[in-house]
Amino acid sequence: MDFIPHTDAQRRAMLETIGAASAEDLFEDIPAAMRAGELNLPAGHSEIWVRNHLEHLASKNATHLTPFVGGGFYDHYVPSAVTAILRRGELYTAYTPYQAEASQGTLQAIYEYQTAICRLTGMEVANASLYDGGTALYEAAMMAARLTGRNKIVLDSGVNPIYRNMLHCYTRNLNVAFREVPTACGPTPRDQVEPFLDDETAAVILQNPNFFGFIDDLADVVDMAHRAGALAVMSCYPISLGLVKTPGEMGVDIATGEGQSLGLPLSFGGPYLGFMATRKEFIRQMPGRLAGVTEDGQGRRGFVLTLQTREQHIRRQGATSNICTNEALCALAALVYLSLVGKEGLKEVARLSADKAAYAAQRLDRIDGVRVHRAAPFFNEFVCDLPVHAGEIVSGLIEKGYAGGFPLAQYYPGMEKRLLVAVTEKRTREEIGAFAEALEGLL
Amino acid sequence: MNLIFEKSTAGRRGFRVPPSDVPARADIPAALRRTRDAELPEVSELEVVRHFTQLSQRNFSIDTHMYPLGSCTMKYNPKFLEDVAALDGFSRLHPLLPQLRGGGILTQGALQVLYEVAQWLCEITGMAQFSMQPLAGAHGELTGAMLIAAYHRHRGNRKTTVIIPDSAHGTNPASAAIAGYQVVAAPSNEQGVLDPAHVRDLVDEGTAALMLTCPNTLGLFNREIRDLADMVHAVDGLMYYDGANLNAIAGWARPGDLGFDVVQLNLHKTFATPHGGGGPGAGPVGVADALVPFLPTSVVVKRTDGTYALEYDRKDSIGYVAPFYGNFGVILKAYAYMLALGREGLKRTAETAVLNANYLLARLRPHYTVPFERRCMHEFVLSAAPQAKKGIKALDIAKGLIDRGFHPPTMYFPGVVPEALMIEPTETETQETLDGFVDAMIEIAGLVDSDPDTLHRAPTTTPVGRLDEVAAARRLDVCFPLPDEA
Amino acid sequence: MNIPDDLLYTMEHEWLKPVDDGPALMGLTAYASEQLSGVTFIELPKKGQEVKRGQKIANVESVKAVSDIYAPAGGTIVEVNNALESDPSLLDEKYYDDGWICRIDLTDDAELDDLMDAKAYREYLGTLAG
Repeated sequence: MDFIPHTDAQRRAMLETIGAASAEDLFEDIPAAMRAGELNLPAGHSEIWVRNHLEHLASKNATHLTPFVGGGFYDHYVPSAVTAILRRGELYTAYTPYQAEASQGTLQAIYEYQTAICRLTGMEVANASLYDGGTALYEAAMMAARLTGRNKIVLDSGVNPIYRNMLHCYTRNLNVAFREVPTACGPTPRDQVEPFLDDETAAVILQNPNFFGFIDDLADVVDMAHRAGALAVMSCYPISLGLVKTPGEMGVDIATGEGQSLGLPLSFGGPYLGFMATRKEFIRQMPGRLAGVTEDGQGRRGFVLTLQTREQHIRRQGATSNICTNEALCALAALVYLSLVGKEGLKEVARLSADKAAYAAQRLDRIDGVRVHRAAPFFNEFVCDLPVHAGEIVSGLIEKGYAGGFPLAQYYPGMEKRLLVAVTEKRTREEIGAFAEALEGLL
Repeated sequence: MNLIFEKSTAGRRGFRVPPSDVPARADIPAALRRTRDAELPEVSELEVVRHFTQLSQRNFSIDTHMYPLGSCTMKYNPKFLEDVAALDGFSRLHPLLPQLRGGGILTQGALQVLYEVAQWLCEITGMAQFSMQPLAGAHGELTGAMLIAAYHRHRGNRKTTVIIPDSAHGTNPASAAIAGYQVVAAPSNEQGVLDPAHVRDLVDEGTAALMLTCPNTLGLFNREIRDLADMVHAVDGLMYYDGANLNAIAGWARPGDLGFDVVQLNLHKTFATPHGGGGPGAGPVGVADALVPFLPTSVVVKRTDGTYALEYDRKDSIGYVAPFYGNFGVILKAYAYMLALGREGLKRTAETAVLNANYLLARLRPHYTVPFERRCMHEFVLSAAPQAKKGIKALDIAKGLIDRGFHPPTMYFPGVVPEALMIEPTETETQETLDGFVDAMIEIAGLVDSDPDTLHRAPTTTPVGRLDEVAAARRLDVCFPLPDEA
Repeated sequence: MNIPDDLLYTMEHEWLKPVDDGPALMGLTAYASEQLSGVTFIELPKKGQEVKRGQKIANVESVKAVSDIYAPAGGTIVEVNNALESDPSLLDEKYYDDGWICRIDLTDDAELDDLMDAKAYREYLGTLAG
């Protein structure tokens, strides 16, 4: 099946207009020796066949498991209105809004999204989005390096290990050095940060809540960074910002994060949404697209992409980054989600997630042999110490119908018996209770 | 039209969560809580739906208009792709599942999709292996540049430069720079084609790679591409293919056969996944054998028992360019599209894309300046320089097209052509639509002499007219102020 | 196009005004302003910086491009026009007076001989048109 509308007669007529005998003639610029032979690919299929095939493949994925896995990506509820709006062809089949007059829908949505992110994070300006939380964190690190003219980064190991891997990958060929603060299963140890700060430090990179789920007031660490002339960068979990202290309130200079929790399905790893917000004075160093307000000749308010000179297509080698696109549709999903839940609703989602996590923590803590790390406050994710290897328990839980958590040893050596458990507003009391019983049964 | 924030009324509620069913309360100390609520909109669900529906009606889109944007391949986005991506078995899958012990078995359907897409792309491009991780075209390009750097580092080569045509897309030099290379611009001739003689002067022992798109940004195929490849390979440099224009040759020629070692593709162009107003896309990167060890972690492999697994143990890998396996939701759509097209459909698609472009070219040649004599491939460039002399620039022609119901072509790119308009119709437009576009262009050409002011005033049929971009950049209002800040 | 007779000019469209007993004044010409068609931001030169003739000392952003500004002659930059930071629109029309960019204490007056006078600059502009 293809999507070509021409009839044979039309093809012939068009070839005649062109003055070619056959369509094959149009490829004469490709010498015969460079032509591909017949590709070793299957023949095409009907829509019915493809749907059946994909449904079959979808059925081979275990989505029946009740999820207690987080690790930066959460099973929050996506309201139907989000999905319905995103299905409008005028929104999802539009191009990048370079022709502003023909793209006011997209552009106004970007402006509203930027505003929503600022309100969420307590920061002054936000960009139109980046690919995901990891690339956003990398871009923030590079931005800090450009702004300070320095090249050392102090990196809290409580920052998502997946993102730390990405940071190392991207900076491989660049003159950037990292010092990792050994945060282990608790809030950031201040005395381990201080020694790393010097006059070559461009930024301190933090995460709140951190990978272990702990929430903290990091304003003092931000101050430490500032005293050393460095910038403070923080990766955030947007749902938590319904309740917890914002990066803006802590004096953070660049806030980033993963927006998947704001109306995007988990979708096995993407597409996701990186957000970035910063101080107004740093706006020129912020990568990514920006939509700004202006007027037309008749004084009507309109929106355009602005400060494009920062972007690659104009500065080329001097560009702030090579980001060409953003995640416009994902940003739109986040905007619609935040508009739907609204000021009160976001607090409620956050509160429910935290309360249900507190309940789960209590239930699990009561199990003999299980100890939940509850000394420091956490949001909706917490660490359990188990009497045996966490990986074994996870296998057992899978058999009982639960994606029971994430074994920390995957990324933190020495934590073989630790399990990271996440709870969202979607988990019911019954599910949590049954999960606790299932875990208990395995020990 | 008001902002969603301007429609806000304190106390109004939209979506609600159920009340708590657990007898517990998270104890979050005041010092850790935000002191002021996030001032998000307070609107009803109907207001939200109306607001975004109205916003959508202020957009052009493929679903409503022809979009002859050169280099963007704005083909029809089939609807069944959306349904496929929305299947619960895919959309609800947590990416960490395969990392749980016994987890690989939980995601066999998803892993099979990733594996098969990579296989298809290898066959289409003549590459040995693909990474599906890059999250966008530019991201794929960056990944490609890093792979090139890894290759040279591994071989102990001292490479410092990447050669890029001056007609290239802006991301090329930016990506090369991030991979640690200096950029050398190679001059294209008036046809935007790289002259091997010029390239020979530029290639030296320090050349890490030559980055090209093929056909080039003017839609012309460079017959001497193998000569260029030989020159670069002679110094152990690599040939990088920017896949923006794959829609012209898919099924007809394979970049690998032309001498390319690294191939970056755009699923949101050639493989019909939607543009979304500017993302999400996917920019997978394929490589020849010699570069396979450097591909990002992880890679999907098929075991002898027929099951699929993620291979993490890759000691020479450049690491993680994405958090997981790529934009899976986008990859899934491209997979469904490929399955529908099949071998013959792919070939017919390129053939028709080239047919449509040449049809437009033939009909527009008498009315506009074309900076080359030959036929084009899937896109071509017009120069509005003669019109500009009479006061009508490419920009004015573009705005005139908007009023006639067509999204404008790409403007002012490539830079080697003055007042450029790059036109790519794609294969999914009907002859009637193509004729309508031609008629609009001819009408506009006439207006240049008879009534140029109409074009200067265009567009007048859109919600706003031409916007003051200078004022936008000076004002820098990118965030709607809070009520107490206004 | 306004090309004042009392200024000297570069091929990159900067003007220089030598001042008796004082640092020379410099800025952008009417042609530069027209080409930029709306400066949105200027990254000013650094006060105190020693520069050579032709060295890049600043850049201006317009909506579509970033353009570099070069020192017309070598010396020390003794003053910069901070007003331009908050109001780049001064370069729309007042490029010869309120929109001045900086003052340079010249090291070698002989370098002034390499600059164009108004007549030569007008001729040069004539070659650029069309």
